[in-house]
Amino acid sequence: MMRVAKIAAIGAAAVFAALFVGWWQVDGPGADSAPGKRSLPLTAMEFSLTDQDGRDVGPETLIGEPSLVFFGFTYCPDVCPTTLSDISGWLDEIGPDAEDLNTVFITVDPDRDTVEAMAEYVSYFHPQIQGWTGLPDQIAAIADGFRATYEKVEGENGEYTMNHTAGVFLFDATGRFVTTIDYHEPREFAVPKIRRAMQNRTERAES
Amino acid sequence: MFKTFAKAIQSLSVALLMGLPMASSAQQLSENASIVVESPWARASLGMSRPGGAYLTVRNEGSDQISLIGLRAEISGMASIHETRTNSEGVSIMAPADNIVIPPGGMFALEPGGYHAMLMQLQSPLVEGETFPLTLLFSDGTELEITVPVLGIGARGPEG
Repeated sequence: MMRVAKIAAIGAAAVFAALFVGWWQVDGPGADSAPGKRSLPLTAMEFSLTDQDGRDVGPETLIGEPSLVFFGFTYCPDVCPTTLSDISGWLDEIGPDAEDLNTVFITVDPDRDTVEAMAEYVSYFHPQIQGWTGLPDQIAAIADGFRATYEKVEGENGEYTMNHTAGVFLFDATGRFVTTIDYHEPREFAVPKIRRAMQNRTERAES
Repeated sequence: MFKTFAKAIQSLSVALLMGLPMASSAQQLSENASIVVESPWARASLGMSRPGGAYLTVRNEGSDQISLIGLRAEISGMASIHETRTNSEGVSIMAPADNIVIPPGGMFALEPGGYHAMLMQLQSPLVEGETFPLTLLFSDGTELEITVPVLGIGARGPEG
């Protein structure tokens, strides 16, 4: 009898320990909150930016259709044009199905990337790609919601560059964060991931 | 077209081997040195205020190790090699890379997302369809001038 009680006590302790570990990792102090971790849903974000045509845009502009969003800056000689080219290629590959996909390039360098600069820059890539800029505190707000980071790095002769989160963020039509496409990920993984973000909408529409 | 181009570059490196453009002993090449540059290309720039980016592959066909230590280009007030790295948090970081070692028989590629020739302070815009000269500086004193074709701003590789 004593033995049974002991086993039960140990079992209960193990269950509590497992629950505690689960809570710690998901909701507790051990939860992912560091930069570069999981983005908030768009519905939990607040920001107000300006698109390449001078229109006000915010989370509500994206919610309702699946979205593909990434951060960069137009003075970026390598990663940003490469990412924009990659995205253009993915959109071409998906074809007409991608017409409702919000595809947005957000600058982390609003001092140099004015509305006009963004408009000119995105015009060289797939016509569906939008370019958003805004006040520094609004750029900070959206980056914080995405758990994206960026940092100004001073170079020689007053030049500067920006370090920034390079992944592409995917959200479904409800604004829920689905996944990211990492910069060095093989290209063949990208299109299925985008289709997955778009799929969520199809499923809901049918239900 | 690029094959022909590579061939032209090859004969240029042969010319270098023969000592034609070499004036001082400091620029002397090791006996078997043979550097081949392939598939150079640059992205068109938007005007002159933004830095341009160019890419190429360097092949060391000699028997001695060689280092690519810098760049020079009339079109750029400040040309250098930069490396783009992505850290564990997915943040892309750009840093100068001023000593790229290429072992004998080895090759080194400057390609999108890795290393690139960063052309700051453009003196004239990089216009699609045009070309510009770029000089590669090596540790043994070799200075190799190549011709870089400018592709579209959305180009992803030497084929466009």
